[in-house]
Amino acid sequence: MNTITPASKFLWQVKREYWEHRGGFLWTPLIIALVMLAFMAMGLITAEFTAHQNGFTLNGIHIDQLTSHIDADAMAKFQGALDVGLITMGMPIRIALFVVVFFYALGALYNDRADRSVLFWKSLPLSDTQTVLAKVTAGLVLAPALAVLGMIMLQLGFLILMTLYAAIHGINALPYLWSPTHLVAMWVKLAVLIPVNALWAMPTMGWLLLCSSYARSKPFLWAVMLPIVAGVIVSWAQITNSFSFSGWFWRHIVGRLLLSLIPESWINLDSLRALDHANADPGIALGNLLSFGSIADQFATPNFLIGVAAGVAMIAAAIWLRRSRVEAYA
Amino acid sequence: MTAVVQAKGLSKRYGNTVALDNVNLDIQPGRIVGLVGPNGAGKTTALKAILGLAEFDGQLSVLGLDPRTHRTELMQQVCFIADVAVLPRWLRVSDAVDFVGGVHPRFSREKCEKLLARTKIKPTQRVRELSKGMIVQLHLALVMAIDAKLLILDEPTLGLDILYRKEFYNNLLGDYFDEQKTILVTTHQIEEIEHILTDLLFIKEGKIVLDATMDDVGERFAEVMVNPDKADAARALKPIYERQVFGKSIFLFDGIDKARLAELGELHKPSVADLFVATMKGTYQ
Repeated sequence: MNTITPASKFLWQVKREYWEHRGGFLWTPLIIALVMLAFMAMGLITAEFTAHQNGFTLNGIHIDQLTSHIDADAMAKFQGALDVGLITMGMPIRIALFVVVFFYALGALYNDRADRSVLFWKSLPLSDTQTVLAKVTAGLVLAPALAVLGMIMLQLGFLILMTLYAAIHGINALPYLWSPTHLVAMWVKLAVLIPVNALWAMPTMGWLLLCSSYARSKPFLWAVMLPIVAGVIVSWAQITNSFSFSGWFWRHIVGRLLLSLIPESWINLDSLRALDHANADPGIALGNLLSFGSIADQFATPNFLIGVAAGVAMIAAAIWLRRSRVEAYA
Repeated sequence: MTAVVQAKGLSKRYGNTVALDNVNLDIQPGRIVGLVGPNGAGKTTALKAILGLAEFDGQLSVLGLDPRTHRTELMQQVCFIADVAVLPRWLRVSDAVDFVGGVHPRFSREKCEKLLARTKIKPTQRVRELSKGMIVQLHLALVMAIDAKLLILDEPTLGLDILYRKEFYNNLLGDYFDEQKTILVTTHQIEEIEHILTDLLFIKEGKIVLDATMDDVGERFAEVMVNPDKADAARALKPIYERQVFGKSIFLFDGIDKARLAELGELHKPSVADLFVATMKGTYQ
């Protein structure tokens, strides 16, 4: 009747997750981008009426800079600043992505037990391993990819707004704002960050899926309270003990279990501060942090590798629990 | 022919409660088997074991496979409708058809669409927009379009009105069932399906207390309506159940010669519901 391969089955299962979570995965980043663009347009209109005598800056880019003839050095600086502006502009989308994927993972193996629809999915020839891995893929690849699309849309919208704004003032901003190599390089970087973020997020993904698979009720309490209570106990024990590792515990256990889904949270903030102290150009500083070399260095750290291993182990445990848990209390 | 379901010493306990107690089963292909028992007798536990949804002790083979270790393989040949309204509420009808077609090798899209065309369900609707009866129609259309060897129905028509219930079993018999297929059904509305069953399994406190074909049931059991003057003679034959109607006594006998019973009064074929009440007496005491 139908020819079905394991790969096509897997894709259908990812699609299934998309159908169920279209609101969080697709509409959330798009709507945030549209709302931000609307605010920017409003800001530009306000600027027209109130601030044209002072000049206007948005995301650190002074519009009047575009009027003067700038040399190559200044141009490079400007491009760096523009990159920082365009990348940090996506921050609200990144924060939303974290919240969406966090609650997605927490409900992924629980909600269908609570509403008993798990019995329908289990009536089909789908393996639990494939089901869980499809959910991991939806949360760590599909949702971030759609968020990146939202970010790119936001960037393009911003550049169009700025180009129009400049054009109204009789300036042709095309050569300054629309450098194809710059834009494409940045989008490639955003795409490369997806698998890096995914690997970094493995401990949180694994932990949330494990709680989602295990809990008979209230997965949120299990997932959040357990690490925090453990952290509090460790901190308390430290008062009476001489050895001190509560800071380490909060950062490497509690933090990794709950917060690793935050995009780019693997960036070492200490090095950012060091660069800041050296009064380095922020565009170059960020460029360095997100350089391929710096990303590759992350893979070699024990923090990264142990995190991935712990995530894999917890996902395996979630799959094992999924086999025979079909009940939950809503 | 090899058995579709074969269980030897199937047991399952939850803490101190015994849900299944050393159950032996042998279900042959081409049968429609009613698994009947009071609430908490172990019906759902037995079905879950057959479907590989629960651990168990003892031996169980479904279509020659161990459901614990070969669930995915097994579900290509086994379908089940677990209860009403287990289809996810966010699912769109057309997506449901696409999805099952995408993951099930034995699903026929044409057949499913033909079945759906007979209902008022529209492809663009979501499950949450459908009535309870329509959800069951959709679920049945999806399942009937799958060419499976074993169909398991666990209270499939619970909470539906009589029109949907009749239609459900008519569709099942008319367009689905044939001698290659086996249906295992549990329901409390036993009087509605007794005419379609070929086999009867009664389960009580985790044990199978009756395992017979419907023909055997007709042979073994008889109901006699007895006038008060012959009531003591009837009681001497050890009826398994006795009740009073309009001053007469109705006795239910197991394995007593029909000619002898005919002397006592009017002879009837007992309904499965009466047989059930007789077999299960004392369950809730």
